[in-house]
Amino acid sequence: MILHFLTQAVFWFLVILTVGSAIVVVFNKRILHSAFALLFTLCGVAGLYVFLSADFLAASQMLVYVGGILTLIIFGVFLTARMYNMSIPEQTHQRFLALLPVLGLGGIIFYVLNSAEWHLITPMVAPTTENLGKMLLTTYLVPFEVASMLLLAALIGAIRLARPRKEDHDD
Amino acid sequence: MIISLNHYLVLGAFLFCIGVAGVLTRKNAIIILASVELMLNAVNLTFIAFARHWGDATGQIFVFFSMVVAAAEVAVGLAIIVVLFRHKESINIDEVNLLKW
Repeated sequence: MILHFLTQAVFWFLVILTVGSAIVVVFNKRILHSAFALLFTLCGVAGLYVFLSADFLAASQMLVYVGGILTLIIFGVFLTARMYNMSIPEQTHQRFLALLPVLGLGGIIFYVLNSAEWHLITPMVAPTTENLGKMLLTTYLVPFEVASMLLLAALIGAIRLARPRKEDHDD
Repeated sequence: MIISLNHYLVLGAFLFCIGVAGVLTRKNAIIILASVELMLNAVNLTFIAFARHWGDATGQIFVFFSMVVAAAEVAVGLAIIVVLFRHKESINIDEVNLLKW
């Protein structure tokens, strides 16, 4: 009973952490605050992955998103830090117009969630890392290799793009 | 109350909508990139929720690949933003109209 209550408490804590910090990411005026709020969102989602018995993906969420993507984003914020002094409007003027598609999309999603009949079996609770490893090296070997090629290409492309050029004045 | 699949689906829908709101309302290119990450995370969460409740790890494989794509996307996106900033001294997307005529 007490374990059940604890599970519930942790789950709702993670949900509030994720949604709350996601709202901060989107609606906070300070860029750096947004970037740091993203940290809590990503950690909250990683915690929810643990709830869903996706242990390997929770670990890679922490490594890839928190360790890699978030660091890159914070680097980006600092590299473009002069934005702070320029006092441009941080949000578009059509803020309320933008609410329309958001609400429409949300309505459609909730309508589908309500009307759909998911045929579920009893959820699995076992760790899935072994399964994932086997699937990646058998059924999904080709996509796995393609993904590694994609990463290599993206890395080279990013370096090629961001490298300062000597003849930068020309273009 | 037991935590069901619907909890995760609704949470994913909320996260996705917040991300869409960010992409539509913010002017800073970096925040837009972060909002896209939010949307990707929402979809990943949905995938994993379905993977668990169908007792099949295939959904987790999809999330694995979408993480790879997200990493590539952020690397290239931030490279573009850095180049943009070097050219225009700004990452306000309203001032980026190079492709507009």
